[in-house]
Amino acid sequence: MHSNKIIELKNISKSFFIASKEPGLNGTLKHFFNRKYNEKKVVKNINIEIKKGEIVGFLGANGAGKTTILKILCGLLYPTNGFISIAGYRPYERKAEFLNKISLIMGQKQQLIWDLPPIDSFYLNAAIYGIEKSEAKKRIKFLSEMLEINKELYLPVRKLSLGQRMKAELLAALIHNPNILFLDEPTLGLDINAQANLRKFLQLYNKETGSTILLTSHYMKDITYLCRRVICIHEGIVTYDGKLEKLLTKLSPRKELSIICKSKKDIESLKNLGLDIKNVESNEITLLIKKEDIKKTLKNILNKYELEDLQISEPPVDEIIGKLLTNNN
Amino acid sequence: MNIKKYFKVYKLFNYTSLSIELEYQVNIFIDLLTAIFGLSGSIFLLSIFFSNAKDIGGWSFEQALIIQAIYTILNGITNTWFSPNLTEIVKYIREGTLDFVLIKPIDSQFWVSFKRISPTGFIEILLGIIVLIYCFYINDITLKIDSLFLLLLTLGCSISILYSLWFLISTTTIWFVKTWNATEVLRSFLYVGRFPLNSFSFPLRVFFSTVIPITFITAIPSEVILGISTFWKIILEILVSSIFIIASRRFWIYALKFYSSASS
Repeated sequence: MHSNKIIELKNISKSFFIASKEPGLNGTLKHFFNRKYNEKKVVKNINIEIKKGEIVGFLGANGAGKTTILKILCGLLYPTNGFISIAGYRPYERKAEFLNKISLIMGQKQQLIWDLPPIDSFYLNAAIYGIEKSEAKKRIKFLSEMLEINKELYLPVRKLSLGQRMKAELLAALIHNPNILFLDEPTLGLDINAQANLRKFLQLYNKETGSTILLTSHYMKDITYLCRRVICIHEGIVTYDGKLEKLLTKLSPRKELSIICKSKKDIESLKNLGLDIKNVESNEITLLIKKEDIKKTLKNILNKYELEDLQISEPPVDEIIGKLLTNNN
Repeated sequence: MNIKKYFKVYKLFNYTSLSIELEYQVNIFIDLLTAIFGLSGSIFLLSIFFSNAKDIGGWSFEQALIIQAIYTILNGITNTWFSPNLTEIVKYIREGTLDFVLIKPIDSQFWVSFKRISPTGFIEILLGIIVLIYCFYINDITLKIDSLFLLLLTLGCSISILYSLWFLISTTTIWFVKTWNATEVLRSFLYVGRFPLNSFSFPLRVFFSTVIPITFITAIPSEVILGISTFWKIILEILVSSIFIIASRRFWIYALKFYSSASS
């Protein structure tokens, strides 16, 4: 085994047996008396290797199998087939030594005690992980400073804002100093500032502790800010595993050329050049041009037209990934 | 298993539960009234049964009151520990928050069984003890050390059977998701435990001693107090409680393999 490798999945599959129901009263009665289960393969023969200290993003549409993979990784689900090793452990055995090394944070579920201040949940978690009170106190102080929550530790969870609650959830999940973090949509529902703060924290945490982070998110900013490597999942299959930059170049071989012309007549003429048009709005036109043709096209346009402004840019990441999630080629 | 750690965690479970419960003062007052009215109603019902007969199944009213006292204590234990925790399993499974329990280095059965405590059940335990002491007085009973030991032993077994029944039913939530009705059926069966075993017909006696050993739970400790329990009955209760505890543990471990976690 490679010394640096912390996560290894070989031919991992997972199936669920799900009952489907036809509409109407007849369907309901059939569903009650003679329920039919269909096997649904959610994860199909996936192979993944992750090195210690990496931040890896899982990309995929809803129902692609990202969360199922994450749950297999942290031992919540038994894989139907295949080999899995995390830091030398089989996650589904849920050995205490393994559980001490990992943590799971889910944006849509919470572990904090709703009616009590987060500090009570922190000390409870510390006791579960066998951390002495004095040590827990130090750890809470360190993490609360890093997360910038101090006063909120003593307010009932139900009184906290979503952003504050998520920070407290993170603190509760990190109290035992785990070196592998599984994050399932951690920024779900947070406002832009809260999202940015959380991303900054995770990056800092990874840098300072050398922990490995696996992340799923529908917010592309989470992925582009944190992950150099992404794994794309489509219908339970890994469709891409590599650098994010490479994926973006692969998916978007064209640049956007936005031109503001002095006259509408020029816009009409530009439309007839035979280039791909992304958008036309009054005196502005956005063209999509192959990266290798950009010089030639620019030269041609600059010679021929009188321009007010010109801008060359890459298509937005959200748009590229959105295309990936719908096409999946 | 690190016992010291588990004690520490249990202490914190109690602290957090009590803190939550004490947030709602009126609730505690209502529970106190419910416990008093519930006990008064049960004693009244028992007195109606005995108004036309001197004894039922060989038990006088004063003796049957011991069963009522034991039932009240056990019902208090159910309401303090079993009911708040084991009905919560449904919530853990429906909402998928069992995930957080399973990824912690702590026994999941310990967590789901002892996380919550409802202090209002203490009122029932206290009322049951008061009635029991009164029964000692009206039946002219003085407990010797060996009888006290047997009483505690049989009570321990009764609590184990009661816990296992609750836990076995709650565990089925992993497959069926909603099992509120099943726990309600169990609750209504538990009412049977207020009456002496001999007051039922033979087939019912067999059913309530083996399939759902409700009458064991209250009858045997009561017989120990009265000094009329036979040796084989005590051995049988120990055996039944051990089987139930082992079965509930094995069933939980088996059921977890089928836990599919709520989708997100």
